[in-house]
Amino acid sequence: MNPLAAILLRDMRLAVRVGGGAFMGALFFLIVITMTPFAVGPDLALLARIGPAILWIGALLASLLALDRLFATDHDDGSLDLLMMGEVPLELTVAAKALAHWLTTGLPLVVVAPLLGLMLNVDMHALGWLTLTLAAGTPALTFIGLIGAALSVALRRGGLLLAVLVLPLTVPVLIFGVAAANAAIAGPTPFGPAFTILCALSLASLVLGPIAATAALRHGLE
Amino acid sequence: MTELQAEGLTCSRGGREVFRNVSFKVPAGAALIVTGRNGAGKSSLLRMIAGLVRIAAGRLSLNGGPAGTPIGEQAHYLSHQDAMKPSLTVAENLHFWMRFLGSRNDIRPALELLDLAPLADLPAAYLSAGQRRRLSVARIVAVSRPVWLLDEPTSTLDAPSQGRLSDIMRGHLAGGGIIVAAAHGPIGLERARELKLGAA
Repeated sequence: MNPLAAILLRDMRLAVRVGGGAFMGALFFLIVITMTPFAVGPDLALLARIGPAILWIGALLASLLALDRLFATDHDDGSLDLLMMGEVPLELTVAAKALAHWLTTGLPLVVVAPLLGLMLNVDMHALGWLTLTLAAGTPALTFIGLIGAALSVALRRGGLLLAVLVLPLTVPVLIFGVAAANAAIAGPTPFGPAFTILCALSLASLVLGPIAATAALRHGLE
Repeated sequence: MTELQAEGLTCSRGGREVFRNVSFKVPAGAALIVTGRNGAGKSSLLRMIAGLVRIAAGRLSLNGGPAGTPIGEQAHYLSHQDAMKPSLTVAENLHFWMRFLGSRNDIRPALELLDLAPLADLPAAYLSAGQRRRLSVARIVAVSRPVWLLDEPTSTLDAPSQGRLSDIMRGHLAGGGIIVAAAHGPIGLERARELKLGAA
């Protein structure tokens, strides 16, 4: 097993063990979406119209939830020092950690999204497209959030700071994610362009996130 | 021949100068014991060698090692923190660090050397401080790296374990390794050089 696979496996294992916090995001997502119809009222047409936006906001907040622990636990127990001393470039180590984080917190959001979409009266045929936008967009949320997690690593209770740092950076993802979902549901604009830009944002963040996070970690520990 | 060499090292953390102009040479097979008051910079010096603290001034080099490889990648760092996850078992923790550090060996010999084999399937959360320390030592024994940076290696260890650790350290030196250890008392190595920080 190579070092990166070892990190991936370890972080996924930690996430599903006691106190790991995997699926907490999905539960939070569930609660937020369940509360929405109570707040908005029994207007099915309105729910269907704002459904994609609510789902995206819920996914955004849920994916932020466990992010502050991404490096903080490794920092607190000294693992981060050893990870930085490995032969593996720190960028790849960080990317492997982020991937494990997405698999245990982002992917469950994507999986439950169709079910929650039904609760918001999203059209059956559009559920697939809506889920596709979340599948393409949530990696961007994790990998952008990675930067905030690295910046706030040494701070106690850095979670709030992290949200303030990260949320503005996710605005483009939110705009094009919701735009693509709405295009699939109501039109009249085509689904393709917005979805393509969303994919581009994700791919860019897959590359830039680990590099920026590594720079932040290196700087922060000195 | 490998040799760890430092010339005029200066460390400043948080805008405060911790130590300045520290020089030493540690050839292969030798140990350097770093002593000094609390706050004299013993841990900072070890972290600096590990590449975890920026060198404010001076030069640090490991001669004879593979060229272009940072010292940190040729060193083991045993700090006060054990880098073990409470929710993973002893075996899982050690297995992870061995794979991450590029070793494909079996974890058993290292566990047995440190008397941890009976605890292999226990979550690390249930280990005592001394047992966690031994698990950290198992990690540095399991993967071969020439330089060992040990921060008060004998703390929390009982007398038999301290003896075991001394044997392990002697074995590492006999194999041409280098040890730099921060300590307040003797760590069971004869003929180790001493570097006193904060003497000036």
